[in-house]
Amino acid sequence: MNAHLPVLQVILPLLGAPLCMLTRSARLNWLITIAVSWSGFVISLLLAQQVWVNGPITYNMGGWVAPWGITYHIDALNAFVLIIVTMIAALVAPYARRSIQKEIDRHRQAVFYALLLLCQAGLLGIVITGDAFNMYVFLELSSLSSYALIAMGKRRRGLTAAFQYLIMGTIGATFILIGIGLLYNLTGTLNILDLAEQLNKHHLIATGNRTLITAFAFLTVGLSLKLALFPLHLWLPNAYSYAPSVVTIFLAATATKVAVYMLLRFCFTILGHGALFQMTLGKIILLPSLCAIFIGSIVAIFQYDIKRMLAYSSIAQIGYMTLGITMATPLGLTAGILHLFNHALMKGLLFMTMGAVIYRVDSVYLSDFRGLGKRMPWTMAAFVIGGLSLMGVPLTAGFISKWYLVKSALECGWWPVAGLILIGSLLAVIYVWRVVETAYFNPDHELEQRSCEAPLSLLLPMWILVIANIYFGINSDLPLSMAARAANLLLGVGV
Amino acid sequence: MNLIGHYNYLISIFLMMVGFFVVICRGNLIKKLIGLNIFSTSVFILYITMGKVAGGTAPIVVPGPGPHIYTNPLPHVLILTAIVVGVATTAVGLALTVRIKERYGTIEEDEIRLKDESL
Amino acid sequence: MHDHLILRIIAKMFIPFILLFALYVQFHGDYGPGGGFQAGVIFASALILYTLIFGLETAMRVVSPTALRILAASGVLIYGGTGVLCMLRGGNFLEYSMLAATPLAGQHLGIFLIELGVGTTVFAVMVMLFYGFSGRKDPSS
Repeated sequence: MNAHLPVLQVILPLLGAPLCMLTRSARLNWLITIAVSWSGFVISLLLAQQVWVNGPITYNMGGWVAPWGITYHIDALNAFVLIIVTMIAALVAPYARRSIQKEIDRHRQAVFYALLLLCQAGLLGIVITGDAFNMYVFLELSSLSSYALIAMGKRRRGLTAAFQYLIMGTIGATFILIGIGLLYNLTGTLNILDLAEQLNKHHLIATGNRTLITAFAFLTVGLSLKLALFPLHLWLPNAYSYAPSVVTIFLAATATKVAVYMLLRFCFTILGHGALFQMTLGKIILLPSLCAIFIGSIVAIFQYDIKRMLAYSSIAQIGYMTLGITMATPLGLTAGILHLFNHALMKGLLFMTMGAVIYRVDSVYLSDFRGLGKRMPWTMAAFVIGGLSLMGVPLTAGFISKWYLVKSALECGWWPVAGLILIGSLLAVIYVWRVVETAYFNPDHELEQRSCEAPLSLLLPMWILVIANIYFGINSDLPLSMAARAANLLLGVGV
Repeated sequence: MNLIGHYNYLISIFLMMVGFFVVICRGNLIKKLIGLNIFSTSVFILYITMGKVAGGTAPIVVPGPGPHIYTNPLPHVLILTAIVVGVATTAVGLALTVRIKERYGTIEEDEIRLKDESL
Repeated sequence: MHDHLILRIIAKMFIPFILLFALYVQFHGDYGPGGGFQAGVIFASALILYTLIFGLETAMRVVSPTALRILAASGVLIYGGTGVLCMLRGGNFLEYSMLAATPLAGQHLGIFLIELGVGTTVFAVMVMLFYGFSGRKDPSS
């Protein structure tokens, strides 16, 4: 059975979704979702262990070998991203039941799990597949289910947010489709490893083939739309703030990460090992990344809807990831890839506290946080730790990736950039502090007596993430060595 | 290798820009979806013409001797998948539009924005 | 729609042929042009024509939304199940050659089952979409 793990990773959620459609019972579907998500997590750990010991795994779909058939190819990079996605899915699954009972109409609850599993299958598919067109299909699978998921909330603004995301997301996906088409036109192959080989063999990269440049222009713009890089981020704040909490947690912690993964795959694995990327695309992405860090953080300071504030902070954090990528040095890439993992930890945690607040207070406006420090002590303590991690305070996970980011900026001699990273962290202090101040130092005397802590099923996943945030802040060897290995693989040094 | 020789690219670029223009400049949600469909259709045409081999026939085994020239079926198969994806996108978009109409009473973007701000 | 005699007669004449053509496209898919996608859509179009002529309630008596949901899910399950069956018989996922005694027979059986799953799902989803949109009441009227 070990040999079939790569395909099981995708087909378990893919077959779980129709199973959820067969029943009308939300409870049964919830159990299916938990079973599928947890087995997915175990599979991804086993895969990572295999990759770590034996090197890359290739799985031929239908027994057709590489350039002709679709293959699943797992190396250090996507094994790491698989763990991020399945880990969040496994934590979101137990959280989902109580949260959606509150936030989604009764008759839609059963379908919700089917869509959640489909979205999960799509994201895992993007990460695991070694075929460019297959990637596009899985991308659309995950996007379509996330449009439907975002629209599921009770508030009507969720509908317009989902529509806006649908328009922008489809344009992005179509751009990616054009890019893949042009690459196929050039090389006659869709397999990612084969694409890299063909481009090299025909000296298309060295001579600056114009079709190749066009293809990458389309791919970069399309992927930037999907990962919400600064000027193309407009869909993200609305989608995150009006979606049901569970959807926000899942998408914020996984969807943009997977898009970043796609960018890494196309720009490094296909386009050779970073030298060309650093000269061209990297320079182009640098400015939007810096703008994202600044404008995202500054806009976040002025938000009164805290979920929306965290959405803008996500845009800023995505800026950190792409910033690490633009450096295209082993250290910078390590920082960027590590930040994928750490950001999933902290944003998953922060949005989980938002879900708990919505569960009890029914609102996430800043004024409604008054006195919550006393009324929901565990939830708000989790928020504080998540916030500390977001700022990058030592002994939290966020510190490690910021530290490496600053270190690699200094290594490249980008002094101003290193300074800007630090200022970005200070901005994070401001927007997190606003919430902490309201929750702890702005008491609401009328309600103070009534404690209304969130139920255990919401607190437990939340506190697992709290512990993870602290543990990986103190002992960061495991994710760090995996990220470093992935970075070396992408740059083609010393594997 | 002149401009006319690449007319298939010109057509798909033209369609793409038409679709893009409609998506950006029209406030009506249905019109936006139509624009989006034209936009993706242009990519379908790009793929389909890509697979055409001059003088090639449909890739079904032809009886008789000699090598036959076949059109490359792979881009066509790929685009069949993309068309299905397009259908699904349109369906989701229309379903959202129907529910927006039910909740807001309008499908004009500026009116929706006014109603959201008045809350 | 009770007095459109010509429409009703013509539709009644056409629907069996449309269904038959859909089945032809479905089962001829391994030898010639055709396959599950196309057959599913053609099959659905017959039911949609029926709905247009005889009304939504009548059509829902023929194929109920619940049945459609089960069909849509089971189509995907047939597809995935075939793949898993290949795995259980010692091949990779979707390696049809493992399904029967000889690889040739296996390939035939495999693609037949896959197309059956695709056809079922496409048919069910198409009709579901049509039911979903035509069943909604306009709140303004």
